[in-house]
Amino acid sequence: MPLLEVKNLQVRVEEREILHGLTLTVNEGEVHAIMGPNGSGKSTLSHVIAGKPGYAVTGGQVLFKGEDLLAMAPDERAAKGVFLAFQYPVEIPGVATMNFLRTALNAQRKARGEAEFSTPDFLKKVREVSKSLNIPQDMLKRGVNVGFSGGEKKRNEVLQMALFQPSLCILDEMDSGLDIDALRIAADGVNALRSPERSMIVITHYQRLLNYIVPDVVHVMSKGRVVTSGGKELALELEASGYAQFEDAAA
Amino acid sequence: MNVALVKTDKSRAGSDLFALARDRLPGTGKVAEVREQAFATFERLGLPHRRVEEYKYTDLRALMREVLPLAGAPDAAALARAKAALASVVVDGAAKLVLVDGVFAAGLSDTDGLDAGVTVQTLREALEAGKAELLETTVIDPMLALNTALATDGVIVNIGDGAKLSRPIQVIHVATAAKASRASRSHVVLGNGAQANVVESIVVAEGAAGYQANDAVAITVGDHAVLSYTRLMRDAADAINISSALVTVGAKSKLNLFNMTSGGGVSRLQGFITLAGEDSELTINGVNLLRAKQHGDLTLVVDHAVPGCTSRENFRAVLDDRAHSVFQGRIIVKPRAQKTDGKMMTRALLLSDEAEADNKPELEIFADDVSCGHGATSGALDDSLLFYLRARGLPERQAQALLIQAFVGEAIEAIEDEALRERVIDIAQAWLEARYHE
Repeated sequence: MPLLEVKNLQVRVEEREILHGLTLTVNEGEVHAIMGPNGSGKSTLSHVIAGKPGYAVTGGQVLFKGEDLLAMAPDERAAKGVFLAFQYPVEIPGVATMNFLRTALNAQRKARGEAEFSTPDFLKKVREVSKSLNIPQDMLKRGVNVGFSGGEKKRNEVLQMALFQPSLCILDEMDSGLDIDALRIAADGVNALRSPERSMIVITHYQRLLNYIVPDVVHVMSKGRVVTSGGKELALELEASGYAQFEDAAA
Repeated sequence: MNVALVKTDKSRAGSDLFALARDRLPGTGKVAEVREQAFATFERLGLPHRRVEEYKYTDLRALMREVLPLAGAPDAAALARAKAALASVVVDGAAKLVLVDGVFAAGLSDTDGLDAGVTVQTLREALEAGKAELLETTVIDPMLALNTALATDGVIVNIGDGAKLSRPIQVIHVATAAKASRASRSHVVLGNGAQANVVESIVVAEGAAGYQANDAVAITVGDHAVLSYTRLMRDAADAINISSALVTVGAKSKLNLFNMTSGGGVSRLQGFITLAGEDSELTINGVNLLRAKQHGDLTLVVDHAVPGCTSRENFRAVLDDRAHSVFQGRIIVKPRAQKTDGKMMTRALLLSDEAEADNKPELEIFADDVSCGHGATSGALDDSLLFYLRARGLPERQAQALLIQAFVGEAIEAIEDEALRERVIDIAQAWLEARYHE
């Protein structure tokens, strides 16, 4: 059984249809890249999978481990193993990062009927992971993402991924706003999480990110559909020829 | 004509109230004279209503209707109920001073274990000794005038020059009466160079309901002194609490005031604060946590009378159901108060479409070299923050609770004493938990 099956998904925002019958299958352990020009619906797809309000699904379905994902609340999806790394992680003043991480992890464990993490185990785990991601301890005491640089915010997303151990990670434009060093640190963090039990969807406008996170499959989206799919070499082709050819194909 | 008629009725009821209470009120001679004058002021002004600018959003004629007769002195059974109510509010290590229905309860208080340099007297003793100045004030306000007329008792806490207290002093008001009122007047006097942490807790004992509290505290801070004053109001949901704080701050001192209102059906705390000595710092943080049909009003008048003082006011209201929160903040900068730095921020979080927040900031600036400002926001929880938390696994109510906690946390952080801060966070969390389990 595939981990994620998106079948003929149609999505509207207000009166405008953004996804016009999108189909995508991700098997366990695979890393898929979704590329495409601005406005092709890449971020909409990630938001709909994560359960962001404001999108009306007018047709199709999304199955996750065979279950109807669209019937679940966002927090239930998280507990089932869906993780969206935000393109623009929000700042939450007054909620200390450490408190947030513990609350979120324990909420997920509780929803799965697992015991809550003990404090020493939790602290040990956070320390381990944050060290590997170059996240200083004092950052964890600050409000969630408050005063963080773009790179720090993305590393904080990867830190959460490492703690929550989701089975599907969706990285929405992880490279946006990052310089090459920040990108490398974040990408190394992601690569360390690659495993046969974990799938990833890497959404990006540029091929550059895929030099660091090498995908198994590349899809090109245009105007709300997947217009072509191929191996990692497809990304390089795109880099050379641009998206124009696919925009015509989708029209 | 109707209005005049209603007023006449109220005044008559009020006159009876004073006449009936007079025998119980301590003090003769000058003290009695001050009371008579204050009562005349109350009768002239009557219960304030919405056409009185200061009470525009808190119409006591509509919300309170009448002043109930004073509660009798608590009997043994009432004191026993009061004692039981203390358990939930006592701050660890604090020296307790307990007032039950506005009357000092020596048996429930810790007057023996006070720090060196601290003396405590009851208002009753002081008034019986003729100290009329303890009731006098220059502030003209009908509810304060009523307090002056009817103040039955209170505590007078004197913290001598240079005394640095090792433990907090906690003044606890307990209501045990039903359908009765209380009036207390307390004083906290902090000498030059002294440092203290005072907590005022307002609670309800089992069986008390529908009562009216009118407590006033006069706080006098000397020079080079540091005072933290934290007020936690948790009156019964059908009680009325109209309280006043009369504050004077000397030179080069720091005063950190905090109020949290989570109880009471109708409440108002009015603070009249005068910065009377140069180069002092005043910080006021307020939190209202209101639900159902609760009405909570924080009204502050900060008077920069001298140059070089800083004042910071930060108010947060969390409003559910049909709750109504009022913040009125006036900053007055007198002509000679150059280099004044006064800022005021008020924010309301509306958890329901029917909740209401009224904010009225006023700046009256008569000096030309000052930095003053105010800001106000009100709105619902931010959807993008809620989604982020839910996408990380927090169920809706828990995500809301975390954001609300953060919202009020920014005011609560101003409490320097860690144990007390934790206590206040616990109260806020309990409020949220109750919401979570509705």
